[in-house]
Amino acid sequence: MNLPDAELLCQELVSRLRSGVTDSTGLVGIRTGGAWLAERLHRELKLATPLGALDISFYRDDFDTAGLHHQVKPSQIPFDVNGRHIVVVDDVLYTGRTVRAAMNELFDYGRPGKIELAALVDRGERQLPIAAQYVGATLSVPAGKLLRLARDEHGKFLLRLSDAKPAA
Amino acid sequence: MRNPQLNGDGTLQHLLTIEGLPREVLVHILDTAASFIGVTEREVKKVPLLRGKSVFNLFFEASTRTRTTFEIAAKRLSADVINLNIAVSSSTKGETLLDTVDNLSAMYADMFVVRHSSSGAAHLIASHVAPHVHVINAGDGRHAHPTQGLLDIYTIRHYKKDFNRLSVAIVGDVLHSRVARSLIHALTTLGTPDVRVIGPRTLLPEGVEQLGVSVHHDMLEGLAGCDVVMMLRLQNERMKGPLLPSAQEFFKSYGLTPQKLARAKPDAIVMHPGPMNRGVEIDSSVADGPHSVILPQVTFGIAVRMAVMSILAGN
Repeated sequence: MNLPDAELLCQELVSRLRSGVTDSTGLVGIRTGGAWLAERLHRELKLATPLGALDISFYRDDFDTAGLHHQVKPSQIPFDVNGRHIVVVDDVLYTGRTVRAAMNELFDYGRPGKIELAALVDRGERQLPIAAQYVGATLSVPAGKLLRLARDEHGKFLLRLSDAKPAA
Repeated sequence: MRNPQLNGDGTLQHLLTIEGLPREVLVHILDTAASFIGVTEREVKKVPLLRGKSVFNLFFEASTRTRTTFEIAAKRLSADVINLNIAVSSSTKGETLLDTVDNLSAMYADMFVVRHSSSGAAHLIASHVAPHVHVINAGDGRHAHPTQGLLDIYTIRHYKKDFNRLSVAIVGDVLHSRVARSLIHALTTLGTPDVRVIGPRTLLPEGVEQLGVSVHHDMLEGLAGCDVVMMLRLQNERMKGPLLPSAQEFFKSYGLTPQKLARAKPDAIVMHPGPMNRGVEIDSSVADGPHSVILPQVTFGIAVRMAVMSILAGN
């Protein structure tokens, strides 16, 4: 299938976010694709609050069947979440389970004032009552396929479609 | 021969010894532990990974540090922890080790953390339990203390970044030390080029060179230019036996003083698995001095044990 240009979607997302964020907004990317995206958004939006990143491996709901993800990286939330407006950023919004895990983790840092969600692509098929406030594009992807953000050697974004279950 | 700690697909089922574990497994544990360090600095110091699981701390031998840090680690992973001090319980009434384990398994244990004075006790339990149950060796006789070895290499990596240019000296009672054995296996697996053991002939095991270490009886010579000094605890009961003249005599030859430490590199770190005998194997001014990373070792031990438990529970 033809995949949209991730760079264009990223610009789309920047313009949608611009009116929704302030200097005190905390941007938090979900590793790995969401963290890359958040890094770019943070730079383009020139946000004053330092950028955060979450690795949700310790909060996944499939730990009993899938085990611990092989390359866990530390989560970093370099600001006080209490009362803060936070925008969680992920590359692809799908079942909503990753976002659920990310919100659970955020609450272990404190009580955010408001959490919103930004995604480059919304591929639908939610399994939880979760919606994104900022979306680059909606896209229908066949079940069993994995859609995710990649970067080329120059740091340029592109979308990649592969068969589900990437090698662990 | 199949490694009894590993599943068919090479993942960890139990942690019994570091000997024979592939480098990737060790690195995975260290990397995972690094992620848990951040968890301990948050408002809520818990993650939900082991929610609903029961961890039984089975300590047939006294321990404060190891048992407490295992308990904290399990609680930070949201597991239920049951501490059994068997030394004063069933075994004194004559129950066998495996009967004790069977009874605790009937109470829905998911993981056993075992400390025992007999080498091989954790191995015996691991070969006996149901497939979904995981066993962690928290020290068996003179054999192994794998989570201590892992927290030691975590500490070394934290301060020295990588292993491929390091000189590490392990000093003291290597003969009776499961800590030394686990650390030597971990260091050689990670490619440490220079591992030295230093001690009197009576306290070094015969053939220790076969583990890939060099042997020194003169501490000043052994410490020359090293990056890491690992002091071992001299167990009090050894001083009464025929292996040593006296604690004072031992301190004179093998106690770590500022003068002896000056032989190591200026940025050398000093480690000790605890509990310390001040004035026997280590001088107070070194134990509390700027080179000492003895207390960070304890803190890192929590994250390392969280990593081991969560990796096992997920396999």
